[in-house]
Amino acid sequence: MILTTPSQRRDLLRRIHTVAMVGASANPLRPSYTVFSYLRTRSDYDVTPINPTIEQIDGIRAFPSLDAYARERGAPDVVDVFRRPAEALGVVREAIALGIPAIWFQYGVVNPKAIALADEAGMSVVVDRCIKVEHARFCGGLSMSGLNSGIITSRRPS
Amino acid sequence: MMQDERDFGFSTRALHAGTPPDPVTGARAAPIYQTSAYVFGSTEQAAELFALRSYGHIYSRISNPTVAAFEERMASLEGGLGGLAFSSGLAAQLCTVLSLAQSGDHLVCTQNVYGGTVTQLSVTIKRMGIETTFVSAEDLGAVRAAVRQNTKLVFVETIGNPSGVVADLRAFAAAAHDAGIPLVVDNTFATPYLCRPIEHGADIVVHSATKFINGHGTAIGGVLVESGKFPWDNGRFPLLSTPSPGYHQKVFTETFGEYAFLMRARAEVLRDVGAQMSPMDAWLALLGLETLAIRIERHVANARAVAAFLRSRPEVAWVREPQLGSIFTFGLRGGREAGRRFIDALVLWSHLANVGDSKSLVIHPASTTHSQLSDDELCNAGVEPEAVRLSVGLEDVEDLIWDLDQALRSAAPVAAQAPVS
Repeated sequence: MILTTPSQRRDLLRRIHTVAMVGASANPLRPSYTVFSYLRTRSDYDVTPINPTIEQIDGIRAFPSLDAYARERGAPDVVDVFRRPAEALGVVREAIALGIPAIWFQYGVVNPKAIALADEAGMSVVVDRCIKVEHARFCGGLSMSGLNSGIITSRRPS
Repeated sequence: MMQDERDFGFSTRALHAGTPPDPVTGARAAPIYQTSAYVFGSTEQAAELFALRSYGHIYSRISNPTVAAFEERMASLEGGLGGLAFSSGLAAQLCTVLSLAQSGDHLVCTQNVYGGTVTQLSVTIKRMGIETTFVSAEDLGAVRAAVRQNTKLVFVETIGNPSGVVADLRAFAAAAHDAGIPLVVDNTFATPYLCRPIEHGADIVVHSATKFINGHGTAIGGVLVESGKFPWDNGRFPLLSTPSPGYHQKVFTETFGEYAFLMRARAEVLRDVGAQMSPMDAWLALLGLETLAIRIERHVANARAVAAFLRSRPEVAWVREPQLGSIFTFGLRGGREAGRRFIDALVLWSHLANVGDSKSLVIHPASTTHSQLSDDELCNAGVEPEAVRLSVGLEDVEDLIWDLDQALRSAAPVAAQAPVS
């Protein structure tokens, strides 16, 4: 199922705990490092880099593949994809084989075949969104920066 | 409750957007966080904040909780991705320009805009090496012809000040987008209650928050709202799409996607210009927005009644009634001298250089707000020497008309001697 509404994304973010970040970079100038570092320091998620070219990021051990991660730690709750669109199809096939329930394609990672395949396999799919931005939307980060969170409520934030 | 579960109306958002109950105290009204700096939780958290990898407040020149609440409410009301507040409307415009353009670049602006905008662009911003071509708001061909290879934006007012000309925003947006540049709209006179330029294709909306947003003449302020829809990575905006020496060599379009403009405008331009809105002024603007819809309804109803009254009077040569809003001009027979006598005779309307107050305001633009303009510029801006500008307030309309009536009678001796045109 492709998650298109804010509440669908909020529900996904609430039910996940382990995040495997395919293509996470150790270079602080890369967007993937920004997202990795944010999730590591500002969320409750257990976030792990998946990248065969690095050993670790900020002390968090990197796995060379989703398969290697799953063999040791079981399937992650979500795969966050920072790869070129052409590489997305391979990531989806690997995720389906491992029974991973959700896949998140970051900004610009738009591959219609990969999206359709993940959707048909029954995965929860987020496309062309940033997991950091969406996390911040629901925990007050966007509002702190004058960004439109879309949240209207008379309930005291917990 | 999410917006997609319930599409909340304008007034509901004007009351609630940006201000859920205070998470610390539960206060229902937005607290005034009268602050300068914020304690870091750890050195790691400090580093994350400075590198823009985390959200949070560092220093109130860059962000503040009360100001952020106002910014989010404005973004909600204009239908944008986010907002950024400033110390004034002119500061909002300057920082919009500096977020997109640098020395050697070029802008296109319509002629019939606020005199302060003309001066800012044609004198101060020009001295920074950014040139502006002014074109008629009613000549889209001239707008398209004025765009150059180095043009970074097209600027227009929803309702020209004081000409009252309403811009064809869709046509302006098409002209700008065909050239790969954004349309920036000053929506001060219309407010998002009467017009939401982003719905008509605008990319950035700027306001003087001093006017209807504050609504009560109690503070100076400005704000910009960005749609989040413009492709800032289209090659025309190196300030956003190439490594920034002002911010750790970050490429804003790569790191922040649709948030690139808003992030750079805050983290670099507002940070370096230092024209932030104060928490107290943001709080006054938040309070003003709560009643925006009902105030504008009354402003417009009073303006229509005042315009109809003026049309009925022999001392009045012409009335340029607004198609939108409650600010308009009229001309007295007898020209400049009749205008002077008329304004000096008013006892309820306030003679001052502002608009959008809850109180009714009057001014003679040619000798005040637009006095820096040459005769040609005055003509281009649609300001006749005899034009008197009214900003119709919320008083009992019978009292407003009573004051206009007695002042017209005072001005009459001169008006009667003038040739009828």
